[in-house]
Amino acid sequence: MDNSLKLHYEIPGDDFALAGEASSNVKKILTQLGVNPAIIKRVSIAMYEAEINAVIHANGGTAEVEIDSNKVTIIIKDEGPGIPDIELAMQEGYSTASEAVRELGFGAGMGLPNIKKYSDNFEIESIVGKGTTVKIEVWLKP
Amino acid sequence: MKVKEFAEKLDMVILTGEKGLDKEIKKIYACDLLSWVMSHACKNDAWVTVLNHVNIVAVAVLLEISCIILPEGVDIEETTLKKAIENNIPILKTNMDTYEICWRTHEILR
Ligand SMILES: Nc1ncnc2c1ncn2[C@@H]1O[C@H](COP(=O)(O)OP(=O)(O)O)[C@@H](O)[C@H]1O
Ligand SMILES: [Mg+2]
Repeated sequence: MDNSLKLHYEIPGDDFALAGEASSNVKKILTQLGVNPAIIKRVSIAMYEAEINAVIHANGGTAEVEIDSNKVTIIIKDEGPGIPDIELAMQEGYSTASEAVRELGFGAGMGLPNIKKYSDNFEIESIVGKGTTVKIEVWLKP
Repeated sequence: MKVKEFAEKLDMVILTGEKGLDKEIKKIYACDLLSWVMSHACKNDAWVTVLNHVNIVAVAVLLEISCIILPEGVDIEETTLKKAIENNIPILKTNMDTYEICWRTHEILR
């Protein structure tokens, strides 16, 4: 079907106050669309973690979100430093977050594992010095 | 129990005015790691945290947390307060520590 909803967000890198804004907005839209709350929660967790990663590790980026009757697709892209070893980064507890960022409650090293856990399909592509793209898909139908 | 009644019973200071005080508290949750909270806290939890940074509001909104409780006299940042009011998330403040808050909450919610 063709009547999908496409959304675009800029994720600012220098403003922690706005981190989570895109995820909150997507959550609001999914709620208005009457999507099952358990599915909304999974989308919220996965997108929030990817959004926060773009803020704390890559100085911001963009989010493209597409919602159709079958699934939600979220692509979060940044032009940050990239990830040298994705397998290592995927391990729970692994984090390169600075002390300052940890003091704000980030940097538990659970972001990427959480994204994987709460999405139905998760892809990550990263080139050192170029940036990182995370794709999250959550099915809306069982 | 509604946030308003909860705050009154435990003698907590409400920092966010009348906003969101009719939200229902079902249980209490305490943690200061945002990723951990994201994946373990539930809708209608009262969330105890020493984090006072503005991002606690985004987490509370995403999870539909009923209120944020700052223990042990932790102060709030002005931007956090503004964002909480904007998003209808009550923030409560108390001198009690996390253990005492959870214990007394258990007493009044059971
Ligand atoms: N968008 C990104 N750009 C660069 N590095 C990233 C990005 N996302 C994740 N990383 C790297 O992967 C590590 C693990 O990420 P994550 O599991 O979200 O934990 P945390 O964000 O708490 O450190 C990060 O500490 C960082 O080194
Ligand atoms: Mg992370």
